[in-house]
Amino acid sequence: MADVTLTTPPDTPSRWTRFRDSDLLASFLSSKLTMVSALVTVVMILGAVFATWIAPTNPFDPASVDLMNSLFPPRWIEGGDPRFLLGTDNQGRDIWSAILYGMQVSLIIGIVGVIIAATLGIGLGLLAGYLGGRVDALIMRVADIQLTFPAILIALVIDGVVHAFFKGAPREQTAFGVLVVSIGLSFWVQYARTIRGSTMVEKNKDYVHAARLMGVPAPLIMLRHVLPNVIGPVLVILTINLALAIITEATLSFLGVGLPPTQPSLGTLIRIGNDFLFSGEWWIVAFPGVTLAVFVLAVNLLGDWLRDALNPKLR
Amino acid sequence: MLAFILRRIFQSIVVLLCVGVIAFALFRLVGDPVNQIVSIDTPYEQRMQIRKELGLDDPAIVQFGRYLAKAARFDFGISYQFRQPVASLIGERMPATLELTFVAALFSLVIGIPMGVFTALRRRSFLSGVFMTVSLIGVSLPTFLIAILLRYIFSVQLGWLPSFGRGQVVQLGWWSTGLLTASGLKALILPSITLGLFQMTLIMRLVRAEMLEVLRTDYIKFARARGLSDRAVHFGHALKNTLVPVITIAGLQLGSIIAFALITEYVFQWPGMGALFLGAVQNVDIPVMAAYLLLVSFIFVVVNLVVDVLYAVVDPRLRANLQAA
Repeated sequence: MADVTLTTPPDTPSRWTRFRDSDLLASFLSSKLTMVSALVTVVMILGAVFATWIAPTNPFDPASVDLMNSLFPPRWIEGGDPRFLLGTDNQGRDIWSAILYGMQVSLIIGIVGVIIAATLGIGLGLLAGYLGGRVDALIMRVADIQLTFPAILIALVIDGVVHAFFKGAPREQTAFGVLVVSIGLSFWVQYARTIRGSTMVEKNKDYVHAARLMGVPAPLIMLRHVLPNVIGPVLVILTINLALAIITEATLSFLGVGLPPTQPSLGTLIRIGNDFLFSGEWWIVAFPGVTLAVFVLAVNLLGDWLRDALNPKLR
Repeated sequence: MLAFILRRIFQSIVVLLCVGVIAFALFRLVGDPVNQIVSIDTPYEQRMQIRKELGLDDPAIVQFGRYLAKAARFDFGISYQFRQPVASLIGERMPATLELTFVAALFSLVIGIPMGVFTALRRRSFLSGVFMTVSLIGVSLPTFLIAILLRYIFSVQLGWLPSFGRGQVVQLGWWSTGLLTASGLKALILPSITLGLFQMTLIMRLVRAEMLEVLRTDYIKFARARGLSDRAVHFGHALKNTLVPVITIAGLQLGSIIAFALITEYVFQWPGMGALFLGAVQNVDIPVMAAYLLLVSFIFVVVNLVVDVLYAVVDPRLRANLQAA
């Protein structure tokens, strides 16, 4: 290379100024619905994160639970106990605390599951897009096949297989792993397809050719050069997938193949409450149900907004 | 065209073989089937004898071939849980699931298409806003929550509709139908609404989007310029052209209807295949799991194949592409 004169780049604005002046923020502030759903999402996530401090009792701790307190209605209804804001379930657990802790469990499983799905999908998508040829054909064929089967069915099959495999192991120990792996394996296709598409475009650009000429090994090119340029759209998929993952976990737990009642997620709480619907104890199912529905709706709305805001065609 | 169909059929067979391998592998995961037949003090020679009779000595590929050959004749073995042939268990429950999915699909089309047309034609009306909000909730709410909600309102509070089961069924040969009795029809309402709601919102949004697209095209402008009535333009020209993609998507969604039927069947204690499969997953009843998987994937694959081929038949543009390729 001939002599290259190094010039100092023009003053780049700080991250904060760039963020303040961005279209993203403007579009966020112009949509009330988005702001409300962001607020709801943040409040609920904070509630889940700080569940240990916010919740009056610990529903996982058998010592703090008293059967004498079972089936109290919410505080504002006659017969309610002032200690239990949203009432208690059949084992005397405080519903308000159970929701906070359940939310925590649901969120952790959702996030870990989505991370597994994204890692798997991004990795396979990069491989398929960058290497092409037979690797690409194989990976995309598997993706096609999997896409014909709904996630919930795949998750159920994985659950069944794992329990067939570790026959003796109690559900308490395997449930978490089974759930995150099921979610991870059911949702990777979307990431893989997106990443593959943009990788195929990127790999023909000059910077990749340059890197290849310099003898940078292929894995390094994929991770250090291609990946940062194709990762953008993943953010939207992540948000929408988080809602889906939480629904999937809740559904599996509701069907009785997810988390056991000893470490309830929102789905498990709804499963427990469903048995009491006919005897009139509606609050056991209603509050966890509403929590789940509101959270999923808020995250979905955020995801919708993010998709539109990041889509250059719609600007 | 023929080459396209043949290629799709070949792909479908590959998919089914993959599922077959998975189903077959399930059996190997649960250990030695001989142990489940014999008692602890059965002598070694006798065990070997049983192994031989069951064909467990043969190479895996031979066993796999035998399994597929049996499956093709609807012989899926004996359920561990019920001690009955799996084929008859599934046969008993298939009518319930098929009736439920059929009614749900019908419901989603009959309600979804008019709602989609309405929201596209009267975009600014109040009712359109209501429909769009409802559809957003329908997409976001998990199926089982909708089921619980409907059950609570219409069965527990109002007491109008039964909360579980199929009601009275009539036997038509081997097919048991709930469509011929009043209680059977009543029992169908809530489960099929639950099951169809998600598809309905999907179809509504799709019809709306397609209609908006079509209404902008030149031939619609031309039809208006010819002085045709709104009705003729909207339904004769616009709707007709939106229906091809709608029918494709509706067909492809059949797979997820079957999967979601599982949840609906569980909540409403509907005696269908999905509930059977769920019980099998919980109790590690491998023959039932394997058979359900094979059956469902067979239905998926056939539906996908039919939709793909129909699409090529219906849409002349696609046919031209195929010929060029």
